[in-house]
Amino acid sequence: MKLLLLGIIVAATAAGEVLAAMGMRRHGEIRDFRPGALGRAAAVLTRNRFVIGYVAAMAVSFFAFMRLLTVSNLSYAVPVTAVTYALETVMAKYVLKERVNWLRWAGAALVICGVALVSL
Amino acid sequence: MSSETARLRIKTWTCATVVVLSNVLGNFFLKRGMPADLPTPLSYVAALFQPWAALGVVLLITWMLSRMTLLSWADLSYVLPVTAIGYVLVALEGKLFLHEEIGLKRWAGIVLIVAGVALVGGGTAVQTPRRGEEPAR
Repeated sequence: MKLLLLGIIVAATAAGEVLAAMGMRRHGEIRDFRPGALGRAAAVLTRNRFVIGYVAAMAVSFFAFMRLLTVSNLSYAVPVTAVTYALETVMAKYVLKERVNWLRWAGAALVICGVALVSL
Repeated sequence: MSSETARLRIKTWTCATVVVLSNVLGNFFLKRGMPADLPTPLSYVAALFQPWAALGVVLLITWMLSRMTLLSWADLSYVLPVTAIGYVLVALEGKLFLHEEIGLKRWAGIVLIVAGVALVGGGTAVQTPRRGEEPAR
């Protein structure tokens, strides 16, 4: 049960974040931060299917995490977020075609180890 | 560093600060506003309307929107490690406001996260150049 929930959380979070990155990249850089312009950007984004997918995936991840907390300790549940960092960095390289150089790999590895240590 | 590069870097760090602070404070207020016992599914919904919890929810909505804004120009593989500094702030928040102990293992974790953030934030470009664009470091 725990492993199944872990798998759901990791897969949903990673898929959600990649969808958010795809949707926002498609939308383009937000340059105007005045309230009216932000409202118009939000209205456009509600019709962006990648963003809709992101919200749905994060909802799945959130409820699976709540369920995981009922069957395990917080000290077990929180370090799982570090696993998503690894998966998302791999997906950033191969799905989003980002240039992930050795500094980013090293930085991600340090953060993963650090998050696990802080959360344990 | 060109003016466009400098503009993007300042904008990225400003937005990343909003992302991190809204997440850290949002979780803090949500936890503060949560009652000790949530016996029914309806009580979860009711708890979200407690003043502190509602403030937490507003901040977490701000976190989600600011993260999406940041992703509109910055790479996901850049945003992930840079915003992980929030884990450090949560640990320090626990020490300062909740008087929690930070053991050697946690301090080691904090050092690793800060090193990872410094490596990615200071040493790599904010975004992978799109086709036909100059790289923005």
